[in-house]
Amino acid sequence: MSNRSLAKEQPASFAFNAEYLARAKVVIAKYPPGRQASAVIPLLDFAQRQEGWVTRPAIEEIGKMLDMATMRVLEVATFYTMFNLEPVGKTHVQVCTSLPCWLRGSNEVVKACKEKLSLGMGERSADGAFSLGELECSGACVNAPVIQIGDDYYEDVDYASTGKLLDAFKRGETPAHGSAIGRMGSAPAGDQITLTENPTPPPKQDFAAAKAAFEKAKAEAAAKAAAPKA
Amino acid sequence: MLSDKDRIFTNLYGKHDWRLAGARARGDWDGTKEILDMGSDWIIDEMKRSGLRGRGGAGFPTGLKWSFMPKTESDRPHYLVVNADEGEPGTCKDRDMLRYDPHKLIEGCLIASFAMRAHACYIYIRGEFYNEASNLQVAIDEAYAAGLVGDNACGSGWKFDIYLHRGAGAYICGEETALIESLEGKKGQPRLKPPFPAGVGLYGCPTTVNNVESIAVAPTILRRGASWFAGFGRPNNTGTKVFCISGNVNKPCNVEEAMSIPLKELIEKHCGGVRGGWDNLLGIIPGGASVPVLPKAICDTVLMDFDALRDVKSGLGTAAVMVMDKTTDIVAAIARLSAFYKHESCGQCTPCREGTGWLARVMKRMVKGEATLAEIDTLEQVTYQIEGHTICALGDAAAWPVQGLIRHFRPELERRIRDYRDAKVRDKAA
Repeated sequence: MSNRSLAKEQPASFAFNAEYLARAKVVIAKYPPGRQASAVIPLLDFAQRQEGWVTRPAIEEIGKMLDMATMRVLEVATFYTMFNLEPVGKTHVQVCTSLPCWLRGSNEVVKACKEKLSLGMGERSADGAFSLGELECSGACVNAPVIQIGDDYYEDVDYASTGKLLDAFKRGETPAHGSAIGRMGSAPAGDQITLTENPTPPPKQDFAAAKAAFEKAKAEAAAKAAAPKA
Repeated sequence: MLSDKDRIFTNLYGKHDWRLAGARARGDWDGTKEILDMGSDWIIDEMKRSGLRGRGGAGFPTGLKWSFMPKTESDRPHYLVVNADEGEPGTCKDRDMLRYDPHKLIEGCLIASFAMRAHACYIYIRGEFYNEASNLQVAIDEAYAAGLVGDNACGSGWKFDIYLHRGAGAYICGEETALIESLEGKKGQPRLKPPFPAGVGLYGCPTTVNNVESIAVAPTILRRGASWFAGFGRPNNTGTKVFCISGNVNKPCNVEEAMSIPLKELIEKHCGGVRGGWDNLLGIIPGGASVPVLPKAICDTVLMDFDALRDVKSGLGTAAVMVMDKTTDIVAAIARLSAFYKHESCGQCTPCREGTGWLARVMKRMVKGEATLAEIDTLEQVTYQIEGHTICALGDAAAWPVQGLIRHFRPELERRIRDYRDAKVRDKAA
């Protein structure tokens, strides 16, 4: 298991801004009355989006909002690895290094990131612009290797394209996410041999006949069960 | 090869409009009320007859699972929870369904919920899938606006609400009871079973947890008929399935194929073959990180279904095929998976919490050969002490890849240990 604890230096206070307060209300309403604790992960996510990371005052505030003990919120914040317990860079770069990405060269991608950003794994640049981290399987394995920057996946990257990608971020641009080699989704590169036709609605079975057959089988089974044993 | 006409996920690659108008043009939400009017018993019976086995990894028959829910509603509401916490290394099929075919999933949620007398459904999507969650939320809003879900879903009189819930990066939440805990706002630590979720699940109420693919295929199965779906694959392994082929192939991709397709055919036909040709193949992990690796000799002939892969001591799992060619350091590959399980263990059960760390440390030494020959047996023995001794299957999942490695690549482990020892002796002599 991953061992995570809160940052030593913490801000004095936390309050949701109006936008996130409104969104928090919408989220809490998704769960039955009295089950508002279900909203703890979404609210921690909102706090992280607002502040850049999850702070102790935010944990305390969310506990109050959801009528949860601070300890329960703290447990959740430390358990789930998407919550940054210390500040990350404005551009948070995470490289997937799990097996499918590793098989297709994630080591080279990591190398490119380290060189380009002059950062080691888990480090943040002094100006707070960039940070670099590792990701445990991003779930886009047929488009490996994958880099996650913010909420977006950059797929099918290699040493060279990673360099170009990070250069663009350094210039303040946000390149379009998706495949670096122009693949459509998870389709094979090059010409497709499947899903080439324009899809049309599939044929439907005869529901009346299916219902009649089902009722007949049910009646027969019932009759068999009711019949005296020979 | 499966024909396009028999593919369920006709927008798997996102070539077409994923929103409601596009989904309708492909046949989604077509006569959903007719299906609901057939009644709950018929729906469950038809699902059983289709032979669909759960697509999340365990392969439990879906229709049977649905039938475990209480037959009548009580003061405890029923819930359907959809497991979209896709995170098994190698697996990326649900992602395509969520972002490009969200209406198939929503329609499936309505039908499954209706069949199980649930008025509410939660879709638990992994936090990293932010853009996918955005698409799904748009699709849910569209479905509400069109009256397909809501107080009178599809005009059937059934009240049905559907909610999206985003997780925050924990592999273990793909385990159904951990997912329920997480949804309740707790750490994702699995619960002891029994009681099973169908009796005591979300908020203590009857709950069924299904994988995205299991739910998303249901509307098409019911529309076209169980016998159509059952016509693909071998008995007990029926239907079509989305396979994810990653690693050292020329063209990695997701593809929907008939179950029981030979592994070699799957790779040669859809992925442009193994890098450097079939003879350059070293081994394949056929069903996601938690199933044992297979050497080339077995890959030559094995079929991709639950029973065939079980018979060769591996598993279909999520049908995530990870291909490794002869340039792969197989020991390092399995060591990487051990590191993954160490990171993702929830820490609840001692054999897993301590065992996954122990496996990862020993595997790291095995990569260099920095071990003794006897330690291979110790390593194997420890995997059997983890397997079956934990609340959930993560312990098993951590054990199996190592067992597969020892079963099929023991000579390689021994060679490294000897080489390392010989090098040490040479260093001393020099």
